[in-house]
This record gives sequence, structure tokens and C-alpha cells, in this order.
Amino acid sequence: MAIIEIQNLAKSFGSVKAVDGVDLDIQAGEFLTLLGPSGSGKTTVLRMIAGFETPDSGSIKLNGTDITYLPPYERDVNTVFQDYALFPHMDVLSNIEYGLKVKKFEKAERREKALKALEQVRLAGYENRKPNQLSGGQRQRVALARALVNRPSVLLLDEPLGALDLKLRQQMQIELKELQREVGITFIFVTHDQEEALTMSDRIAVFDKGKIQQLDKPAAIYESPKNEFVAGFVGISNLISGAAAQKLIGKAGTFTVRPEKIRLGMTGSDVRNAEGLIKEVEYLGPSTRFLVQLDAGVELMALRQNSSESAFEVEAMRNTRTTLSWEIASEYQLV
Amino acid sequence: MTITTSARRYLHRNVRARISALLALPLFWLVVIYIGSLAALFITSIWKIDTFTSKVIREFTLQNFIDVFTDRAYFNVTIRTLFVAICVTLICATIAIPMAFFMARIARPRSRPILIALVITPLWASYLVKIYAWRTMFYPETGFINWLISPLGGSSPGFGILAVIIGLTYLWLPYMVLPIYAGMEKLPDSVIDASSDLGAKSGRTFFNIILPITWPSIIAGSIFTFSLSMGDYITVQILGGTFQMLGNVVYQNFSLNLPFAAAVALIPVIIMMVYLGSVRKTGALDNL
Repeated sequence: MAIIEIQNLAKSFGSVKAVDGVDLDIQAGEFLTLLGPSGSGKTTVLRMIAGFETPDSGSIKLNGTDITYLPPYERDVNTVFQDYALFPHMDVLSNIEYGLKVKKFEKAERREKALKALEQVRLAGYENRKPNQLSGGQRQRVALARALVNRPSVLLLDEPLGALDLKLRQQMQIELKELQREVGITFIFVTHDQEEALTMSDRIAVFDKGKIQQLDKPAAIYESPKNEFVAGFVGISNLISGAAAQKLIGKAGTFTVRPEKIRLGMTGSDVRNAEGLIKEVEYLGPSTRFLVQLDAGVELMALRQNSSESAFEVEAMRNTRTTLSWEIASEYQLV
Repeated sequence: MTITTSARRYLHRNVRARISALLALPLFWLVVIYIGSLAALFITSIWKIDTFTSKVIREFTLQNFIDVFTDRAYFNVTIRTLFVAICVTLICATIAIPMAFFMARIARPRSRPILIALVITPLWASYLVKIYAWRTMFYPETGFINWLISPLGGSSPGFGILAVIIGLTYLWLPYMVLPIYAGMEKLPDSVIDASSDLGAKSGRTFFNIILPITWPSIIAGSIFTFSLSMGDYITVQILGGTFQMLGNVVYQNFSLNLPFAAAVALIPVIIMMVYLGSVRKTGALDNL
């Protein structure tokens, strides 16, 4: 059953159409990511679900009830903010208890729930710290506990990992996903980081220019992107179009092949083969990226695992000729 | 090598000498003029006076303080002065908080500099001009306020404590608005959104989140309005009628009995020091 139904949602700021006709059904208990570049409208959609912005047209339903014009404090959703937005004058425990206090829970019950939430985000023992005595990762967890303790129908997360360093971000990605399974609450997660979206989501809605470009499972978004934007934004895309498409594939149109699907220096039957010159070699540690100028008139990126080669060996391949090959099933035609 | 070059090189090598050169003038000002005059005030207050010639006799006495603290009349003046300073501060805060909130959070960012200019503009006009303007407003029978409320059956309150409080509130309001504006502008939108997201209506968000976070700025503003009101005597003379504050007592005594005037003048200084001490831990002093 859809917990959130968004219909034909639109919002302009001045002459800029931030959100331009979005339809989206979000299933109960799913982890849905709104992915897109900055200015694509993903955050505005989230803020309209939270109630911080009022749409120009369209409607938002939560559990079948129209909430489009309700103020934030009457909606059964909670938000984790990008800058955490902890209350600086309250300690960790008071921050977490705030929502329960507003809803007039008994003091003992409030305390019990808050301590449990703190434990859930692995911050037991920090209840009397002030936000400015916490690290970025810890503030993030407090913000999460403060929202989750209210048991909302839907939790909204606005780029919550953006300010953390890479190691911590990867760790938090795993924890967030685990937490979501544990509490069973629907998560709507906004990010511009495609890797983050692919790791954590049940489904991804890719945004551009205020519209949803594609809504699908992570594997489907990555393996069979619907259009050029999705192909380019999620992962590195090799685009083959125009004369090159005619020569290589024998059809008109725009096609894409992921770099890791392309093999170097092997030919075979039932595969596409294309000859070219290696222009660039980038040694990435576990793998190497090759930029190859094909004779057909297109540049393709190929990614190869460094199973036996050393950095010196792959460097020596620069400016040599090679053959690229990929299975026909790996190429997708874009609309 | 010229002398200036060698001096420059000496300063470049020696950090202490550089800091001394930088601070020489401000330190002279602070120690000699500012602290010096306060010390002179204190020393004068423990001297005697020849009651016949009004000449200061440099002999130690505590009689001035005994007079100030035992005479009921001076105690009453102190209480009145405190009352006026507290009223002015509270009214300024009540007006300034919503005003600063509008300026910092609701008005469009483009119009903010204009609003700030509007708040500051009255500070460019002469103090006396503004107070005389208020005098014409409060004039009994012919004043503007009388004209305004006489059709409703009222009449101008005339010159007195109310006129003083209104006049001082008018004068010091900008000193309250500006620090609160600065405090509210620093407050992130997301913190206010978070409160509302967690179920709090506007009133609760204001009293539980916005007010406590901007409290140090409000205290910072109150230090200005409170101390300026405590020390004022010209407004009281022009708008107060027969009403008097500590400043007027000092003013009346300093040609006749300078040590006594000095003892009276120490009262607002002591009250301010107590006030500053009590608000120190709110962090307001870091906001000035």
C-alpha cells in the first residue's frame, strides 16, 4: 500500500520551476532515495512533504489523508536536516525529548523512549552533552534519534551524510540501512551522491529539472538507464550516437555501455568488437580506467580489474592500440 | 642604515614591542582617561567638604556614603531610577524582539539594509532635538498627545515619570534592536523548521527555541538600555517636570558638594557592576 501519494506536484520560486509536475507513490516501509544534482527539485519535494514549502499545485497524501496544506506540526513525518539543526541550548537528552514533550508524554515515558533511541543510534552515555561538544557524526546520530523517537509514519532525510568525511559516511550508510530495517519506518532520503543512493535504496527516483527522470530499483537504474541524463548522472556512461552508432551497432540512436562491461584486448563472436587507440590510463589501485579513442569516431571509457598487472604495466599501455569488446546485452538504447 | 629602518627591523623581530606600539594610545586612553576618572570619582567621594565655602578638603571620611545610604530620600531616588531603567529596558525589549525578528527573518534580504538604516537614522539626530520634540508632544493643553486623546475624554499625562519612560525608550530603542537583530540573523532557518517539524506550534517555537537561543543578544541590548537610562539626567530635566533621578541629584550637588555628588554617582556604577556580574554567565558579554 502506498503510504505517500504525490500527484502532479509543482512549485516555482520566482520564474524558476523548482518542481515541475511530480507524480510519486511511496510504499510503506521502503527506503526511497530522491537522487539528483543541486537545483533538480529533490529537496523542494522533500520540504513539501515535511510542510516547510507550500506547493503551487498538486497534492500530497499521507496514509490516504490529504496533507498538502497542513502545517509541519500537524504532519506525522519527521525530518533529519542537512545541518542537523540541533537545539544548541539544550543537551542531547532534551533535544531528543523535545518532540515527545510537545506531544505531552509523561516525563518517565519520555525519558525511557529517549534513552532507548539514544541507544539505538549507539550514543548511550552522551545524554548530558551539549551539541557543541559532539563531533559531526555524533550530531548526526542525535538528529536521527530526535526524529525517530517520535515514531513517525515517514522519516525524511535531507542529505544527512553530506557533511561527514568519506569513512564515516560509508559507515553511516550501513547503519542507516540497518536502522531502517530495524524500525520498519519508511525512509525518504535526499542525496546527490549516486553511490550512496545505489548502496542504500530500495528504489531511486532520479530528478532533473524539477521532474522525475526515472523511478526504479538501484540495479535497474544503473544497468538500464532510461535516458541520457540518468545514464550520465548515475555512474560513468559511455554514449555512442550518430555515425558511430551506425558503424558499431548498425542502428541510429543513442546507446550506452558501462565501462566495467567493456573488455580490453580480447575479441570474440557474439560480441561487439571495436579497435582504437588508448589515450589515457588512470591507475586507481584495485582497477585501471582506460580512455580509448575508437576508429569509429567515439571515445569510450573501459574499467579493468588489476588482477595481475602492476601500475607500471598499465602505464606502458598508453598510446598503444587495442581492441574493445562488450556483450550485446550490455548495451542499452536511450530515449 | 637610517634610524627608521633600524626601528622597523627591531619591531619586525620583537613581537612584544610591536604589540606595545599598537596598543600605546588605546591603553593610555583606557588607563588614564577612563579608569583614571572613575578612580578620581571614587577618591573624591571619601573626601570632606567645607560647608561654608563648598571647598573640598582632602581628608578621609565615610560621611558621604552614610548620608546617601541612610537618608530615605536618596534611597527613594535610587528605587525610582531603577524602576525607570527597568521599565525602559522591558518596553524596549518588548518592541525590539518582534521588530528584530521581522527584520532578520521575515523581511526580504534585499530590504534588510534599508530597515537597519531606518533603525539607525534617529541616532544621527541630536539628542536634545529629539527630547525637545517629545517635550512639545507632551505639553499639557497644547501638546500633540493632548490633541490626540482629548476627543476620547483624556488629557496629556504632562511632564513626569511616564514622559521620561517614553522619552528614554524612544532614545535607546536602536541599542536594543541592533544586538537582537544580529542574534536572530545568526539563527539558522533549519532550527526553527526542526521545532515545527517536531510538533511545536509557532508560540512554543518562539518561547522554547528562538527566545532562549537569542537570550544573550537580548541581555546585550539590555545592558545598553539599562545603563544609559540609569545615568540620564537631561531627558529627566526636560520631560520629568518635578520628577528626579540619580543623575539629577548628582547634577544639583556637584557645584555645592562635590564629594557627596561623587558618592551618589557611584550608586549607578555599583548597580551596573552587579548587573554585569549577574548576566556574565549568559554569554551576553561575548555578544557585545
